[in-house]
Amino acid sequence: MRKTLRNKGFLPGFGMTMGYTIIYLSLLVLIPLSVLFLKATTMSWEQFVGTILDARVLASIRVSILSSFFAACVNAVFGVLVAWVLARYEFFGKRIIDGIVDLPFALPTAVGGIALTSIYAENGWLGQYLAEWGIKVAYTPLGIWVALTFIGLPFVVRTVQPVLQDWDLQMEEAAATLGATRWSTFIRVILPHLMPAVVTGFALAFARALGEYGSVVFISGNMPLKTEIVPLLIMTKLEQFDYAGATAIATVMLVASFVMLLIINYLQWRINKFDAAR
Amino acid sequence: MSKKANPIQAFWKQFGFIALAVAIGGCSSASNTTPSASGESKSTQAAVELLNVSYDPTREFYQDVNNEFAAEWKQKTGQTVTIKQSHGGSGKQSRSVIDGLEADVVTLALAYDIDAMAERGLIPADWQKKRPDNSSPYTSTIVFLVRKGNPKQIKDWDDLIKPGISVITPNPKTSGGARWNYLAAWGYALEKNNHDEAKAKEFVTSLFKNVPVLDSGARGSTTTFVERGIGDVLIAWENEAYLAVNELGKDKFEIVNPSLSILAEPPVTIVDKYADKHKTREVADAYLQFLYSQKGQELAAKHYYRPRNQEVLKAHTPAFPQIKLYTIDEWFGGWTKAQKDHFSDQGIFDQIYKP
Repeated sequence: MRKTLRNKGFLPGFGMTMGYTIIYLSLLVLIPLSVLFLKATTMSWEQFVGTILDARVLASIRVSILSSFFAACVNAVFGVLVAWVLARYEFFGKRIIDGIVDLPFALPTAVGGIALTSIYAENGWLGQYLAEWGIKVAYTPLGIWVALTFIGLPFVVRTVQPVLQDWDLQMEEAAATLGATRWSTFIRVILPHLMPAVVTGFALAFARALGEYGSVVFISGNMPLKTEIVPLLIMTKLEQFDYAGATAIATVMLVASFVMLLIINYLQWRINKFDAAR
Repeated sequence: MSKKANPIQAFWKQFGFIALAVAIGGCSSASNTTPSASGESKSTQAAVELLNVSYDPTREFYQDVNNEFAAEWKQKTGQTVTIKQSHGGSGKQSRSVIDGLEADVVTLALAYDIDAMAERGLIPADWQKKRPDNSSPYTSTIVFLVRKGNPKQIKDWDDLIKPGISVITPNPKTSGGARWNYLAAWGYALEKNNHDEAKAKEFVTSLFKNVPVLDSGARGSTTTFVERGIGDVLIAWENEAYLAVNELGKDKFEIVNPSLSILAEPPVTIVDKYADKHKTREVADAYLQFLYSQKGQELAAKHYYRPRNQEVLKAHTPAFPQIKLYTIDEWFGGWTKAQKDHFSDQGIFDQIYKP
């Protein structure tokens, strides 16, 4: 019975929907991005490689990827925690907290960057206490990580929350009747079910952080070889009207992001299969 | 423009148009298609619109200029003129125009950003010779802003390279203002060392060793110095320094004038391609001429830009003390050369930061 239903979607046939999907994606994503590639082809191969292998560009790629990765890792852990609290408990002010989670989405990133900088600078509210411990945040790689964590948080919370809200409590009851402790129920029953959503949230937060410019330039200090991010270097190329150089870097980042997202999607697919097989 | 760039240009043309349409809340009526008549019949002619694409700190100045000019133009010709403004980093604004934002006039921070338009055929190559004073109706210079009482006793460029002094200046790779700062320091070192380039490079290298933060724009640097309390001295445009002192309190900061600095010449020009397309050349020309007039010069002085008109300058002398100034053409061979030598990739500024 279910089988016959599955082959008949509610929308018109596969051909129509697929056609629309391709057109829609082309107009919004593929055509603008292919222009990037076209622009990059105005350089010779040597110029292209020379641009990418420049010490400052390589350093900025390292800074961008590492800080985005660590920011996404931290969000993957604490985002699940926030989603857990929002999905499983009723408490006063829950709606407000739920709204606060989305703020990094809605704020212009520059506003977020300026706010974070003023709090974490050495004369800021938090910065002054951290400075006593010898921890500098603003104008260091740590500051970049703080900004990227800030913008990535909603992604993980919003992907994990619906899964937790639809979670069937009978699973936990079943685990309890079979003698599982709460901890092992969480680790062996709940977490595997959450994993696909967590990985999706992680991927989104990571990809978003790679391209983040507005909030980071205020808190990073933009020191060459130390705290320059890739988008800033793209801007410096544009300042010199070096469109080709800018698009060369952008192209490399684009391909790198795409490959990383593919890998993450593949992992997710593996997790899903593994989950289904159990 | 190579053939390959056509799709991008077309795309930006569309996009720039949309952005413009959104920015002014409807379709631009600047492309006035009524045939331009002679001065007498202007009153029967439809209202005209100009787009002035400028850089960041000129916002308040051009608001005043636009009001005054519109009143004057109305009185002279009977025609109503509305001037739209657009502001942003000088380089970014120049790219917008190159990518199809149809500015009638541009008023930017440095000639290099307008040279880039000439290279792409929007304006003639000799644009800077078309108006008096290098096409710069107002000038500025580079000064220091220090904390009240000047606790570190900073008097001149030499004090900036002392160990333990923290200097705030933006990144010359992303900020036009920062390039003026850098060249001012370089020029001072040249003058001091009988124009020995190696010595100048040494000087500027030690100066940037004292810079803890390179903000991406001039306003960002001002914020870092003023709000975050970082640094002992901010290198800044004279007009920005005045704004900082006046807006944030004379009890917190003071301005220090170095013994020698650079004459910063923010240039203005008509964008021929678009002014002709919109048939706005006449009014655009009058608009830029207005900047040279007595009234325009007064307004420049009011907003702490140095007027070219000597009488107006004298009238505001306490605000604009005598500093020995040199121009970029004298010592650096013009903007395009300076840009190539110092700020291009692998240029001298990049070498300063080589590990």
